[in-house]
Amino acid sequence: MTLDCRGMLCPLPVIKLAQAFPDLAIGDTITILADDPAAATDIPAWCRMRSQELVSADNHQYVVRRLS
Amino acid sequence: MLSALDSGWADPARLHHEGRTARLLLDNARAVLAEGLGVRPDELFLTTSGTAAIHTGLLAVTAARRRVGEVVVHSAVEHSAVLHAAAAAGTTAEVGVDALGRVDVDAFAQQVRQPGVAVAALQSANHEVATRQPIGELAEVCAAAGVPLFVDGAASIAHDVVPAGWSALTASAHKWGGPAGVGLLAVRKGTRLAPAWPVDEREDGLSPGHPNVPAALAAAAALQARLSEADELNKQHRAWIDELRHRVATDIPDVEVVGDPSDRLPHVLTFSCLYVDGEALVTALDAEGFSVSSGSACTASTLRPSHVLAAMGVLTHGNVRVSLGRTSTHDEVDRFATVLPGLVQRIRAEVGM
Repeated sequence: MTLDCRGMLCPLPVIKLAQAFPDLAIGDTITILADDPAAATDIPAWCRMRSQELVSADNHQYVVRRLS
Repeated sequence: MLSALDSGWADPARLHHEGRTARLLLDNARAVLAEGLGVRPDELFLTTSGTAAIHTGLLAVTAARRRVGEVVVHSAVEHSAVLHAAAAAGTTAEVGVDALGRVDVDAFAQQVRQPGVAVAALQSANHEVATRQPIGELAEVCAAAGVPLFVDGAASIAHDVVPAGWSALTASAHKWGGPAGVGLLAVRKGTRLAPAWPVDEREDGLSPGHPNVPAALAAAAALQARLSEADELNKQHRAWIDELRHRVATDIPDVEVVGDPSDRLPHVLTFSCLYVDGEALVTALDAEGFSVSSGSACTASTLRPSHVLAAMGVLTHGNVRVSLGRTSTHDEVDRFATVLPGLVQRIRAEVGM
């Protein structure tokens, strides 16, 4: 699954991620495209607070795996 | 302050009666401010703001060390005034912080020991998340390396003790209830300075132009008053922030309270609420009568989040910083903690969370 959050400002990319997450099977990944500078800190912070795995984060592209 | 406007309006550099009166008032203000900072009056320079004290001081210390080098070592969470001055003064060597906002001591020490370091800059405590920095420990490292330590003390002075060992210390009067437009630059004897702009006869060339004597007097009176009640007030603030920290963390789901819970300034609390727009929360709190700051990108003119929160890797949106002042009451703290969960819930509901 890919979420295109380019052009959105914080906290929208993180809200979109949280709202899409229940549709994801455990073990699957989701890709978020986000160019808001806050996303670089906030998507990893969301993963830490929610105990989910940040697989990668580079070039405005974030991959998150659902662990629970 | 009003009588100082009447009697201290003249130029203290002039020899006429009014000028000599202004000079006397300025000397008195300097003596009181120096005592408050624990320095000698001839070690204290008055500037036009805390930012100006940092700009002029850091540039002057760096310029005086040209023959050694031009590297400015600093933490990633310094006030923007330090970051701007460091970039203008020379080559910067930035040192990262941990999740609590405390600088990596070993990495900082390693940078200080490199050849070509002009000065090391480290805040006494972080102005956004209240975490104290290891000034005492790193002052020893700097002294051993022969590198001056430049401490931005604006967040701490009058609220908390700043450990000794620094070469230069800056402060801002409005942080202790004094007027805006008065900054302090204390420089220990033996620390060389080379002012980085055209020099006049004022403040050893560190703050050009006719000084604001009435504002300096007001800053001195405010510092004296604040320090006289500091023990009691700071103890009270520490307890109230502890209480607020606990209530925010337990009463609101998905909140990240940031900064060191105990080794910190007494009067500041910062937290971030998941899925909350920082601007909406600041506005909602304002409508309830609370004036708070925010490090969220949406509250900044640049639309970039606070570099402090980003360096710590903590949530930057939905961020709120609460600072207590000398007139803050426990009732206000209690009311803040009572209304906050409902405001957060309402803002989250508006975006479907």
